[in-house]
Amino acid sequence: MTRHRPTPVGPLFRSTFEDRLFLPFATPLGGCTHWSGSSSVLRAALFGLLALFASCLFSSQACAQESPYIVTYDHYLEEPGSLDVEYFSTFGTQRGGNDFHAFWAEFEYGVTVWWTTEVYLDGQTTFAESTVFTGARWENRFRPLKHEHFVNPIVYIEYEQTNGADKIIKEVEGHDVESDHADPNADARQEHDHEIEFKLLLSKTFKGWNIALNPLATKNLSPSEPWEFGYAIGASRPLALKASAKRCNFCPENFVAGIEMYGGLGDREHFGLNDTSHYLAPVSAWNLPSGWTIRVSPGFGLNDNSHRFLLRWGVSREFSGFGEILSHFLGGRE
Amino acid sequence: MRTGSACHRSAVFLPIAIACLLSVAAPIVAAQQNNPVSLENRSKKWNYEEIENAPEKACLRPNPFENDPEALLAGGKLYQRECSECHGMKAEGGKRAPSLLREEAQQASPGTLFWILTNGVVRHGMPVWSKLPEPQRWQIVTFLKSFKVPATP
Repeated sequence: MTRHRPTPVGPLFRSTFEDRLFLPFATPLGGCTHWSGSSSVLRAALFGLLALFASCLFSSQACAQESPYIVTYDHYLEEPGSLDVEYFSTFGTQRGGNDFHAFWAEFEYGVTVWWTTEVYLDGQTTFAESTVFTGARWENRFRPLKHEHFVNPIVYIEYEQTNGADKIIKEVEGHDVESDHADPNADARQEHDHEIEFKLLLSKTFKGWNIALNPLATKNLSPSEPWEFGYAIGASRPLALKASAKRCNFCPENFVAGIEMYGGLGDREHFGLNDTSHYLAPVSAWNLPSGWTIRVSPGFGLNDNSHRFLLRWGVSREFSGFGEILSHFLGGRE
Repeated sequence: MRTGSACHRSAVFLPIAIACLLSVAAPIVAAQQNNPVSLENRSKKWNYEEIENAPEKACLRPNPFENDPEALLAGGKLYQRECSECHGMKAEGGKRAPSLLREEAQQASPGTLFWILTNGVVRHGMPVWSKLPEPQRWQIVTFLKSFKVPATP
């Protein structure tokens, strides 16, 4: 007696290879074209986009369902074996100094379903001054629970090696204020910081809404520095919850909008809101079927210690199956 | 004014970049090498036990998009985008995830499949998919339940 396997519905499987041949609306190198003009800005663009281009060589397939947050984290980790390559820019206004453009490249890899590791390379251009490399970060996120719960925790541990010219404002902690960024690059980059940062990422998705809360604690590894604290909170929702039947770039389910707020909570000796800065930022993401995600977030300082305005944007692409390809390349067994 | 020479910056940047790449590459290779199972053996290891673990209340949830042709098409699109990398282009399974054409998966109730999609199977490497809105998860279930199962003689 032969057992017949069920057969899939034919036409729905047909488009895969056509999908793989679909060209994104902009290639990594194509994305550089509007950066030309100033050599320092071009260098900033190359900083992230070369990495994107290099990663494209390793992968053929991409998928995307990314959150719109720039600072806040939800509880979703990278899929195992997938590499997410991201480039972000932050334009910031500066009282008492020159405005700046900070940027970072981010390489996020799903080691297992419960562990995501991530490397950041940061830099910034302060207008009328210089472009400097400002440091690197290594971040790890761990999922301790097997199933979804009412609130889902993720443990976040990061090591940072940055200099005083770092302006990416990836998080706000302790007594971080706008005037910290007013020092000229030549002076600021002489200061070197080694920090370890812990966050508890709490997140819940309900009826399409994601709510996320990230308390954080940071310790500068210099013994004289106290523990510093901060927070980030966010809420977001796709514009449509049902997917449309057709592949489309502009379907409402491809867009996610929300808002996030983040700021410092002082340090162990002076806990509270005194001498801290806070920001409120609408966030939006556009997840393209080709695997690219574009994020835009204008941020507004909420008190006199904050930068008045931060305009952030980012572009990312996820490459699934990267782990297997790299393992094969490095001699791992199939 | 530009601080530091290009050479100096390269000297700093290059070792850090190499170190970062190695820090990512090492766990990748380690994870792959710790599981040196052949492709054939990997496909045999799936036992579909997570289907048994779904709570009864979840199993009984009806699919709001059952027999909805639009949902079927949308579910197929979502499957190709989110699931086919591991479960295969035709849901036939692969070295990272089991076949969804097997009797065990096909006979599971829509609510059970929805529960597994929502919670993932973390122990066996399937991520949680609650980041997909609930209607999209039901659309995928509609697609998965659309496979025609020939009657067993």
